[in-house]
Amino acid sequence: MRSVPCERHDGLGTLMSRGPRANLRGRSWGDDDDGCNVLHVDMDAFFALVELARRPELRGRPVIVGGAERGVVLSATYEARAFGVRSAMPMAAALRLCPQAVVVRPEHGLYREVSHEAMSILRDVTSLVEQLSVDEAFLDVRGARRRLGPPVVIAEGIRERVARALGITCSVGIASTKFVAKLASVHAKPDGLLLVPRGATIPFLRSLPVGALWGVGERTEERLARYGITTVAQLADTEVEVLRGAVGRSAGARLHDLAWGRDPRPVEPTRIEKSLGAESTFEHDRTDLTEVEARLLGLADHVAARLRRHGQVGRVVALKVRTSDFRTLSRSRTLDAPTDVGREIYLAARELLAGVDLRGLPVRLVGVRLEGLVVRDGAAVQSTLEEAADGTVERRREAEAAMDLVRERFGSSAIGPGASRLAPRGEQGPARSQRGATPIVR
Amino acid sequence: MKFRVERDVLAEAVTWAARTLPARPPAPVLAGVRIEADPLGVLRLSTFDYEVSARSEIPAEVAEAGEVLVSGRLLAEISRALPNRPVDVVLEGTKVNVTCGSSRFSLLTMPVEDYPALPTMPQVVGVISGDELTEAVAQVSVAASKDDTLPLLTGVRAELEGSTITLLATDRYRLALRELPWRPAQTDISEVALVRARTLSEVAKSLGSSGDVSVALSTGAGVDLIGFEAGGRHTTSQLTDGDYPPVRRLFPDETPIHAVVATSALIEASKRVSLVAERNTPIRLSFSDGQVVLNAGQGDDAQASEALEALLVGEDISVAFNPTFLLDGLGALGTDFVRLSFTHPNKPVEFTGQDSLEGESQTHYRYLLVPIRFAS
Repeated sequence: MRSVPCERHDGLGTLMSRGPRANLRGRSWGDDDDGCNVLHVDMDAFFALVELARRPELRGRPVIVGGAERGVVLSATYEARAFGVRSAMPMAAALRLCPQAVVVRPEHGLYREVSHEAMSILRDVTSLVEQLSVDEAFLDVRGARRRLGPPVVIAEGIRERVARALGITCSVGIASTKFVAKLASVHAKPDGLLLVPRGATIPFLRSLPVGALWGVGERTEERLARYGITTVAQLADTEVEVLRGAVGRSAGARLHDLAWGRDPRPVEPTRIEKSLGAESTFEHDRTDLTEVEARLLGLADHVAARLRRHGQVGRVVALKVRTSDFRTLSRSRTLDAPTDVGREIYLAARELLAGVDLRGLPVRLVGVRLEGLVVRDGAAVQSTLEEAADGTVERRREAEAAMDLVRERFGSSAIGPGASRLAPRGEQGPARSQRGATPIVR
Repeated sequence: MKFRVERDVLAEAVTWAARTLPARPPAPVLAGVRIEADPLGVLRLSTFDYEVSARSEIPAEVAEAGEVLVSGRLLAEISRALPNRPVDVVLEGTKVNVTCGSSRFSLLTMPVEDYPALPTMPQVVGVISGDELTEAVAQVSVAASKDDTLPLLTGVRAELEGSTITLLATDRYRLALRELPWRPAQTDISEVALVRARTLSEVAKSLGSSGDVSVALSTGAGVDLIGFEAGGRHTTSQLTDGDYPPVRRLFPDETPIHAVVATSALIEASKRVSLVAERNTPIRLSFSDGQVVLNAGQGDDAQASEALEALLVGEDISVAFNPTFLLDGLGALGTDFVRLSFTHPNKPVEFTGQDSLEGESQTHYRYLLVPIRFAS
């Protein structure tokens, strides 16, 4: 039996979600979350549960959301599903299976609104949210772990907030790849959570029927069956060349990769932040521009680290300066190529600062912002001749990425670019004052 | 002051002299063109913005000698709009009256005594063919930076070595180099001059059509100047100061892979394919045996591709370029075929021209372009 969750009428999420699941509900695959940074969050019976949330009197009864329009089931509560009601089923057939069901007309505007709220809960966790449809999304929580804890804690937090704020439940799959996370959420449903540790990925996959694999529909399933392949385990143990013969060259290779848990696709934010910045107010207004520059260097470095964490690069550097009379001046400059390198951001910001007429007044606040952000992965980069010849910017980026690691380990004040430490002590807050000058290695 | 001059001659001379006038002059007088009527039958028109000076001499019937300063832009517009008749110009009080047929204009004058003295033309160091200068300057100036925050790179570096001039320009992403012969006054000349690309292009365009162009240069004497003279037009420009980066070393010593393609076919195909390449997105050229496939656009965006015949020597290679940079280089070659020489998909690619598919590459013009890479 297959279910086609109709909430996914955009077709984006259908391929994997159609897949049958093994009867493994409740089984634990271990709790080692190392490298498991991908969350797949899927609302349970989305339209139906949204209806239940506003009509609590229907709770516990079989409810079908569907229209007279096309006469098909769009969504059904688990009570209705127990009678065999499935999404995309003709309404008449559904009612034959479950005559006592309450049929509710869909109200798409409401679902969109609830979906929007659910997605903004996810975006509070991380900006790396890839929304697949109204009711499901992938999250990359790599950068959120320090702030919010291990993935399981993050996932429980999401489930709790969604339940409390929206009155609906969702299921979360946690794994090291998108594909496995999605399968995990299928096995967590309804109202559950499943972590598939990296080490358990292959046993988990091998326990599944071949139809669970992404891209295996009825046709492919039939073809594979002719080769005696009905489980992922069998598929994994089949030579790639045989698979290619069975289902075509590229599909064969891809299925083989998936069967071995290989899925390099990153979580790609569907809506990314348009700008990212940081600003800082001086304890005492500054007249010495070198001190302002030093602060600027620290801010540029901070912004760059956040960009790298979000996997983004920005093209426009904007400077904000507030003088002691509370006048705020803004200047911006478009770089030749988008960057996430603090040094590049700092140089542009410093140049902008030099062009600002402060009217001889001391500086109260300074800020740097990167605008025109795009996802770094796969972003086209026009290197300069020098960089292409000796890789200077790449090296600089590697150095800064190494600083990210140190910060992750020892805290944000453990390391920073040289001159940002020139600012007198006490200005950087108590957390930084003692550790600021300490060498990296301790 | 009183003179009569042919309308075409006046219009051309004023337009040329006024072309470098600043839109927002630092001092009002610098918006003017100075007109000097010489009783020997010569009219001298000059403009200056402290950096670039232009002086043009044209024949005129001078009835009364004199000197006057009027708005260059206005005089240029008026002289271009006049009917094709002799133009009479006369200074009356503080106004200049311009009469042509039944058209009359009265222009305000500016105090000519406030006008700065033009720099004197430095010593002529040699002569270049105008055509060749125009072509060479166009070929290198495409690679010069338009970003005024990098003043050094908005210039073209001219290296005058014996009987060869080498012009170089780069905006950090591409580098153009052109070698051209000239006739130096002294065969052992060895000089370097950095001239703003915009100025040099103007000069080359406006002087190139008049046969030979004399080049004048003064270095190491306070303000460094370069001067050009052809057909009664003189122009000088201050040289840009600073150490030009050592860019010649960027040309690869060895290129194990090269491909040859018909230039105009590649230009046309690149233009078509890049229609789907949005700002900052690349066009990809994949070379394999006998062909090059161009494509642009990916994923959910519009896509385009086109295949062309190509000669490939070495391994298959695929590189991506900024479409504008690619077209700039191809357009500057001026040869029937282009040779692209590669070392690695991420390393700069050298473009040179050749006359036939199997011919020799011509190295007097080289365009070096860094491919676009994809962050990972």
